[in-house]
Amino acid sequence: MTSSIAIGSGGHDVLRFYLTKTVQFIAVLATTLFGLVAVTFFIGRIVPIDPVLAIVGDRASPQVYERVREELGLDLPLIQQFWIYLKKAVTGDFGNSVLTTNPVMTDIANVFPATLELATLGTLIGVLFGIPLGILAAVKRGTLIDQIVRLLGLVGYSVPIFWLGLMGLLLFYAKLDWVAGPGRLDVTYSYLYEPVTNVVLIDTAMQGQWDAFWDAVSHIILPASLLGYFSLAYISRMTRSFMLNELAQEYVIAARVKGLSELRVIWRHALRNAAVPLVTVIALSYANLLEGSVLTETVFAWPGLGQYITNSLQNADMNAVLGGTLVIGATFVVLNLVSDLLYRLLDPRTR
Amino acid sequence: MKRLPKIFLSAAMVATMATSFTAVKAATPPDTLVQAWQIDDIITLDPAEVFEFTASEIMGNTYERLINYDPKDVSKIYGEVAESWSVSPDGKTLTFKVKPNKKFASGNPLTAEDVVFSLQRAVILDKSPAFILGQFGLTKDNVKDKIKQTGPMEFTLELDKAYAPTFVLYALTSTVASVVDKKLVMQNEKDGDLGYNWLKTHYAGSGPFTIRDWKANEVVVLERNPNYEKKTPMARVITRHIKETATQRILLEKGDVDIARNLNPEELAAVAKNPDIEVESGAKGGVWYLGLNQKNPNLAKPEVRKALKYLVDYAAIADTIMKNKGEVHQAFLPKGFLGAMSETPYKLDVAKAKELLAQAGLKDGFTVTMDTRSSAEVTGMAEAIQKTFGQAGVKLEIIPGDGKQTLTKYRARQHDIYIGRWGADYQDPNTNADTFAANEDNSDEAKAKPLAWRNAWDPGPLTAKTRAAVLERDPAKRAQMYKELQQSVLDDGPFVVFLQEVENVAMRKKVDGFILGPSFDTNSYAQVKKN
Repeated sequence: MTSSIAIGSGGHDVLRFYLTKTVQFIAVLATTLFGLVAVTFFIGRIVPIDPVLAIVGDRASPQVYERVREELGLDLPLIQQFWIYLKKAVTGDFGNSVLTTNPVMTDIANVFPATLELATLGTLIGVLFGIPLGILAAVKRGTLIDQIVRLLGLVGYSVPIFWLGLMGLLLFYAKLDWVAGPGRLDVTYSYLYEPVTNVVLIDTAMQGQWDAFWDAVSHIILPASLLGYFSLAYISRMTRSFMLNELAQEYVIAARVKGLSELRVIWRHALRNAAVPLVTVIALSYANLLEGSVLTETVFAWPGLGQYITNSLQNADMNAVLGGTLVIGATFVVLNLVSDLLYRLLDPRTR
Repeated sequence: MKRLPKIFLSAAMVATMATSFTAVKAATPPDTLVQAWQIDDIITLDPAEVFEFTASEIMGNTYERLINYDPKDVSKIYGEVAESWSVSPDGKTLTFKVKPNKKFASGNPLTAEDVVFSLQRAVILDKSPAFILGQFGLTKDNVKDKIKQTGPMEFTLELDKAYAPTFVLYALTSTVASVVDKKLVMQNEKDGDLGYNWLKTHYAGSGPFTIRDWKANEVVVLERNPNYEKKTPMARVITRHIKETATQRILLEKGDVDIARNLNPEELAAVAKNPDIEVESGAKGGVWYLGLNQKNPNLAKPEVRKALKYLVDYAAIADTIMKNKGEVHQAFLPKGFLGAMSETPYKLDVAKAKELLAQAGLKDGFTVTMDTRSSAEVTGMAEAIQKTFGQAGVKLEIIPGDGKQTLTKYRARQHDIYIGRWGADYQDPNTNADTFAANEDNSDEAKAKPLAWRNAWDPGPLTAKTRAAVLERDPAKRAQMYKELQQSVLDDGPFVVFLQEVENVAMRKKVDGFILGPSFDTNSYAQVKKN
């Protein structure tokens, strides 16, 4: 990344810039994560749910209940509990999830790739189709095409994803048989490959399990398209308004007067400027999907981060909730950084 | 790889609803049973700790217990690992003989040593279900003296009192009394944990199936146990975690799963019309009830308690919101238990309720809250009850909450009314009598917190009667005692029991031999066939 954007100006400056940037980044990351842990931790302790219940259930004897309470350290003062948690977290020990019995980070290494896979494909679809549609709508403003694109966006924005997901399953899976059903892979293929990255598409492809790979593709297409559609709705709307804004600028008129082709005016000049705020929009929409779309994951039985955190929260499994929150927090910070760097690449004024 | 761009193109087209992409279609393999089920309650696979619905069922299909009962007729108790047993004349010692030639899935022989180890282990580990064995005076400190191996295939169990043999035997049919493979478990012991940390996610049993894999919130895979005497027709049973019931329905209708376990009443009605699907149901050991907190001065009045029992439209709830999911039942012992009462003396009778309220000095009714778990089912029932309460001027405010949240409040007895489900812990009537009809100490500091305590109810002489019932050795007399206990609670207790739970299993017609037992650990796939 560094080499690709080290353009112009003296090497020294660049070095200093990246040094400050790195220090800044670490500081931001640390503060954000600390803040997140603190807030989540204390909210977790004041919610009116008894975490001991999640472990021992409703029927345990009072002795068992007390013992587990002590094991969890819940009899200690809150601050001391927090301190113990922090000390462990710094060494990479985020505790075990009550519900799955695994270390939280092992769980996250399992569920996050599922979400990552879905979100990445979804965003890709959203970008590939959202931007051209947005441009088209802006250029053909007021025409039927514009109306259709806007309607598409409106539907994507207002229809509950839950309903659309079920309808999609009913139509494309149950009736038409074009795609495979809920889940990441058919059971027949589940044990054909060794999970390495836990991203099924990558794992199966790397191990040459092509049947399994195509099965995974056929499973992911529908939920990814659905998420893609929602991100498309957002991205096309934003692209349209950024483009309208740019197209009304004087430099566009100037370019046209100069006799540049309309295509060149739109793609080289207007879009280039609109791209700057668009990067943030895309990053945000990507980050949103990475949080895990609980409803999509539920409908499609997709074992991702969204379902994991929701389920943990409902069972007061606070280690898991904290771990999940941290991952989401870190994702946001990293994406922010990436969009910052892209800004510099796209907008010469920030260099 | 030439197909790749086409795939992405298709992806987009699916989104815009105009494509033709043919998926690899995979029906379930003929030797594999695939079911869709909400299995996110599994937190352990150690039978000494398992107390959750789904995990209990898995234990029932993968482990054997000392004693078991016929799922069609609970009164028929038989030895599963035990060949025979006898009770000493003073009634305090049971001697068990273990069946010869049994083997664990690991290949290790199953002997009395394993049974003794398993029972001692459960008591020593002292996890949630350990109290089922603890009731007989077994504690961490004395269990090694009380359960003793007396021969290679023989051991004795010494009780602190001369309990009714049925009580002891029924308790031994529960999951916590499953027999684990001592040798295998102890090979995996760490720091004296009796293999607990290992067995949480592993398997060491002798049942029809073995547990090959458990991925939390994703899948459980069972595989045929080659050492089990009666070979299972299915080579594999795969349970997929499908949270959304509508998704379960789609998968079932499509044939990508053979069985769907969590369909709601509307979905059940819909799939019943599909010629390829049939729905089987069976009454379970759970009851739905309202708990009336006696700390609330209005609810503490006997007339009010009675009036509220006349203000529930039992039949309407069973026929609509809980259609196929519950049947009207009013006693605290579910049908199928020794001494269970099936009489339903109460029905919606607004006039009578008004009369009773007037006697209590509440002619114009009163306002009361109800903590309600915010699932569609429970909310539906709560709203139905709210409506009928209202007919007699009782204004019911529903406080919605997450399941664990309402339960936390209930356990701290800070509710007015709680609507909930109570499932039996083991197949003996004492399981429910002990919680609905007994309360040793009604103070806030009490150690034991049965349902009677949670509703701040002192059942008076019923507590002693409940204790006496576990010592009654004549089954007929014992059953009569439970009938009387139920009648007392029905007349005056702070519980409005209104439904007995019914479990439904929607399956493809070709699936045959699925047994729905009265408890979750008696649901069995051991003899399931696919035609």
